[in-house]
Amino acid sequence: MTEILVRADGLQKVFGKDMVAVDDVSFTVARGQSLAVVGESGSGKTTVARMLLGLETPTGGTISVCGRVRQGRAGSAERRRRAREIQIVFQDPYSSLDPLQHIGDVIETGLALHFPLTATERRTRALELLEAVGLTERHAVMLPRQLSGGQRQRVAIARAIAVEPKVLVLDEAVAALDVSIQAQILNLLADIRERTGISYVFISHDLAVVNQISDTAIVMAAGRVVERGPTAELLRTPQEDYTKALLAAVPRPGWKPRRRTPSPSGSPAGTP
Amino acid sequence: MSNDLLVLDQVRLDIPAGRDWRTLVENVSLTIAPGEAVGLVGESGSGKSMTARSVLRLAPPGARLSGRIEFDGTPVLDLGPRDLRALRTRRIAMIFQDPRAHINPVRSIGDFLTEAMVTHLSVPAREAHARAVRLLADVGIADGERRMRQHPHELSGGLLQRVMIASVLAVEPDLVLADEPTTALDVTTQSEVMAILDDLRRERGMAMLLITHDLELAAATCDRIAVMYAGRILEVQSAETLVQTPRHPYTTGLMVSRPSIDRVAHRLPVIAGRPVAAFEAGAGCAFQPRCTQAGPECLTGRPPLRELAGAHVACVRAEES
Repeated sequence: MTEILVRADGLQKVFGKDMVAVDDVSFTVARGQSLAVVGESGSGKTTVARMLLGLETPTGGTISVCGRVRQGRAGSAERRRRAREIQIVFQDPYSSLDPLQHIGDVIETGLALHFPLTATERRTRALELLEAVGLTERHAVMLPRQLSGGQRQRVAIARAIAVEPKVLVLDEAVAALDVSIQAQILNLLADIRERTGISYVFISHDLAVVNQISDTAIVMAAGRVVERGPTAELLRTPQEDYTKALLAAVPRPGWKPRRRTPSPSGSPAGTP
Repeated sequence: MSNDLLVLDQVRLDIPAGRDWRTLVENVSLTIAPGEAVGLVGESGSGKSMTARSVLRLAPPGARLSGRIEFDGTPVLDLGPRDLRALRTRRIAMIFQDPRAHINPVRSIGDFLTEAMVTHLSVPAREAHARAVRLLADVGIADGERRMRQHPHELSGGLLQRVMIASVLAVEPDLVLADEPTTALDVTTQSEVMAILDDLRRERGMAMLLITHDLELAAATCDRIAVMYAGRILEVQSAETLVQTPRHPYTTGLMVSRPSIDRVAHRLPVIAGRPVAAFEAGAGCAFQPRCTQAGPECLTGRPPLRELAGAHVACVRAEES
């Protein structure tokens, strides 16, 4: 029986009075598992990611990570403990790094906060981590603006895995990357999972990427889970019309764009 | 002599960087026939957007544009301000990636759609309004009258991109330059917007240059595809044959490194390194440092486009791959 690391139960998030972003979403993530959360814009997938990290407070439902229910405000010791359980990589590596912080310091700051290491040990460990994501000592003294988008995303990944979390949430982490760089990062993520047994919650709109990176998937529309299952099965034999429509819209050999009927997410024009 | 609508011949674009010049587009030659759809595919920094903008002389301030650009027999680079304006307003239209950044946020959709018709085509305001509503219906927006009174912030990205397409149709241009028109949209919306663009373009016999990073999207909607890298075209082929037999190692690399919904690779085959812009590329073939097929002959000079079994490819070792 594999250990369940993340358990989300009946998650709900309401913004303002009646803007229901997430409604009754439940899922589990086992140790070493990669779960994809698939959906279009406005489906609530990013809100789910933010709630997992404690960046948003759920209106209803519970989240437990590593067997402990996440509840209420946390003191600094509790926050550090939570940080070692779950980390996140955001979509935009341009805005998620401090423009004035050297790459080596980005990694070392996290290490200093979580591990009792000497300065030398910390530096060595930071270089190890940079190497693990395909960067070198040369990059440690650079600033984020001196790196390409793909390199920055590697730094964001190195920073996230520096504290050795059990779960890594990746929110559209490869969406902004060039095709050739996207493939490199996907392979890197697969390597890290194989090596460390880390679990992923992979938030994405891209079904081809999801197929490559995840074992199981949930499909979200208008804040609700419309379908779930092993990724391969879900993509080969989708049951719900919404999942079928998503799949049909993916360009591939022999595909032709098609006009469709109104979106099943039912989001009215004008909502962002 | 040629019946091409658009001819690009050895087009080069440099932008000033301090005392130096930085090359963004390097000797690009490409033709588009009337009614033809050509995909210009490449990664960031490849120069694909700058090539499209050069057609309308929309290069960044201070840029140096050289070579020959001919539209319907007229040399674009020699046009005076008046003729250039006529070209931009009536003959060639552009669709941008982010409609929100290119549609005036304080004017209504109706104002946006009728402006060009009233000012450039001298259509009476009332008729322009009626035509705009019909165009909205053509792009799949049924409640046109209501939309005409709305402002951009009231419309979703997908709807706004359709408004942008309607505005292009309003002037019935001969050529549409579509710069990543669906990149910011959801996949289901992308499918719909591309279908609309495709249908209407064919109905009206408009040619299109589709700029995209998505090779599969280009293959599905274009007649021919040109693959760009570091400011140069590395390969041109019909869309059909390109996806079956890519000739350039870079095209092959792009195709195999993209994950698929039909199969899972244990590790994706990758192109090592990162894409470079023209001014960053060293001597020899710009793709050579990332190429698995590269040999010593790849280090001398940029390989020119040459014909190979119906395709055009800029690789000295294309026969071997």
